[in-house]
Amino acid sequence: MCLALPALVTELLPEDSAKVNLGGVTKTVSLALVSDVKPGDYVIVHVGYALSVIDPEEAARTLELFREMGEMAPEALA
Amino acid sequence: MKYIDEFRDGELAQSIARAIKAEADPASTYHIMEFCGGHTHAISRYGLEDLLPANVRMIHGPGCPVCVLPIGRIDAAIWLARQPGVILCTYGDMLRVPGSKRLSLLKAKAEGADVRMVYSTMDAIKLAQSNPDRQVVFFAIGFETTTPPTAVAIKQAQALELKNFSVFCNHVLTPSAITQILDSPEVRELGTVKLDAFIGPAHVSTIIGSRPYEYFAEEYQRPVVIAGFEPLDVMQAVRMLVRQINEGRFEVENEFARAVTRDGNEKAKSLVADMFELRRVFEWRGLGMVPYSALRLKEPYAAWDAERRWDVPQDNPGDNKACECGAILRGVKKPIDCKLFGTICTPENPMGSCMVSAEGACAAHWTYGRFRDLEKSE
Ligand code: SF4
Repeated sequence: MCLALPALVTELLPEDSAKVNLGGVTKTVSLALVSDVKPGDYVIVHVGYALSVIDPEEAARTLELFREMGEMAPEALA
Repeated sequence: MKYIDEFRDGELAQSIARAIKAEADPASTYHIMEFCGGHTHAISRYGLEDLLPANVRMIHGPGCPVCVLPIGRIDAAIWLARQPGVILCTYGDMLRVPGSKRLSLLKAKAEGADVRMVYSTMDAIKLAQSNPDRQVVFFAIGFETTTPPTAVAIKQAQALELKNFSVFCNHVLTPSAITQILDSPEVRELGTVKLDAFIGPAHVSTIIGSRPYEYFAEEYQRPVVIAGFEPLDVMQAVRMLVRQINEGRFEVENEFARAVTRDGNEKAKSLVADMFELRRVFEWRGLGMVPYSALRLKEPYAAWDAERRWDVPQDNPGDNKACECGAILRGVKKPIDCKLFGTICTPENPMGSCMVSAEGACAAHWTYGRFRDLEKSE
């Protein structure tokens, strides 16, 4: 029951809630636990609540690390 | 899908696997426990164990809230559901968990109790609003991720002056459970496995941050890497842990920086601190009595506490003797070591809690792992 996926915030709604898009499915979630969310942000949604906002720079940095390793792999690690 | 597909790239997973192989010392063994059921699920689903060298082993920990709830609490929820005028609501996974005498909430419902499934605590509040002449009890379970949503619901109930809403609180805390795994008398009975390092929880850490694990890493001298739930996250965490073990370090590192900070979600943390207090001790299935490992509502919120409103039974009938959940949750045994696995016990007809939710070690192995067992034996 802990599985939760990043969802795209598409529209802010009254009463601290928002519309999100989760792989094509639209859902309404509560923003009561997060601050400063805007449309275009990705949030981690669990049991109907956004728990945190994804930091795009940190995400890019993690992916870059994986990629560097991929390039390194053939010669250094074959 | 953004922030999902990029973290599932199979070729990159292979190259991280090659890096792990190159870095792992063939003369040593590395035993890494993943605490979260979400990681267990990813490891089974993507066959990550097959990518790792033989001396790097994953041990599945107790991190599924459905799996660690003792039978007595399920019986208590069924007892509550049978009280006159009560509607008991909870998350879907809880409905099929067998209590004692193999009775589940679903069976209690078939026998006439009013049990409903909710997706969110907001639905529970709506249920109370639309049934003013009934008592709505929310059977609250889960780790630090589901506690703040429970707190929001109680705040709402307070604001709406709902007199017919209460919470049967079973929220538990992950850092105390990890400590217990390394440090309990039962270790002597059940035996123990060598644990060199931990993959720390993903979504739990979005709330509590990575800081609570610093004490743990220091005190028990075990490295911890907080990791996301996608396969590349898990592989990268393994690599970071192998490196820490090689270098003799025991630090908390954060692979999931895209969603987790050192301090976590302050808003959620302060809401929980305001409303809940520690129970002196709480029973975990498989781990026994764990001190200061669970929460209950504070006195000012007593009106919303189902355990104060009803005299909820506190018995504990103990597990089905044949079910190995207890040993599996400690990483001492594997699902296939259980005689009931796949014969009497399947996800359609679970005997123990590890078979119920997709994150349980038995269910994950049933869904994704058993065909690999077959291939290996052929
Ligand atoms: S297979 Fe079923 S009975 Fe055996 S340990 Fe797993 S959940 Fe328990």
